[in-house]
Amino acid sequence: MAMPAAEIEALIKAALPDAEVEIRDLAGDGDHYAATVSSPAFAGKSRVQQHKMVYEALGGRMGGELHALQLTTQVPNSAA
Amino acid sequence: MSDLTAETKTRIDGIVGENDVVLFMKGTPLFPQCGFSNRATSILDHCGVAYESVDVLQDMEIRQGIKAYSDWPTIPQLYVKGEFVGGSDIMMEMFEAGELQQLMDEKQVTKAG
Repeated sequence: MAMPAAEIEALIKAALPDAEVEIRDLAGDGDHYAATVSSPAFAGKSRVQQHKMVYEALGGRMGGELHALQLTTQVPNSAA
Repeated sequence: MSDLTAETKTRIDGIVGENDVVLFMKGTPLFPQCGFSNRATSILDHCGVAYESVDVLQDMEIRQGIKAYSDWPTIPQLYVKGEFVGGSDIMMEMFEAGELQQLMDEKQVTKAG
């Protein structure tokens, strides 16, 4: 069920091209990640909406292949 | 995968309508079956609010249905006064910012006894 970090980053950036994405492999097993996504596109959106935008970028893998992705979203300071 | 039948929707409507704070989780607050669910119960405990929990592992209809109901792919999921708040990551962000406690105060939910 594992998915490489680079693939997660590529999917997010494909949907949110101006996003900055930082991914950490929490357990070193390629299965438990923490992602911080920072994008001007999040401005004015609720946290739920922001997370949904990332989930949509991941194309239905969240909760399935990616059952253990800890997600933090933020609007970059410059765009806030 | 994420089928939501009319019966299941009615059941979930009932659960989120009848309880101020509901956590759909894996396992129970005493025996959480996943780290994210464990984190969610800890946050609610720190908020000092009374909450109902639903163990989705014991109920496959709810387990699949809640994902479609909330349009949210993961569990746990928190509802406060019938409103979807988010999963454990959002709960943690809100808790650290003091926003979750504020939300509970504003919604005047029942405190833990």
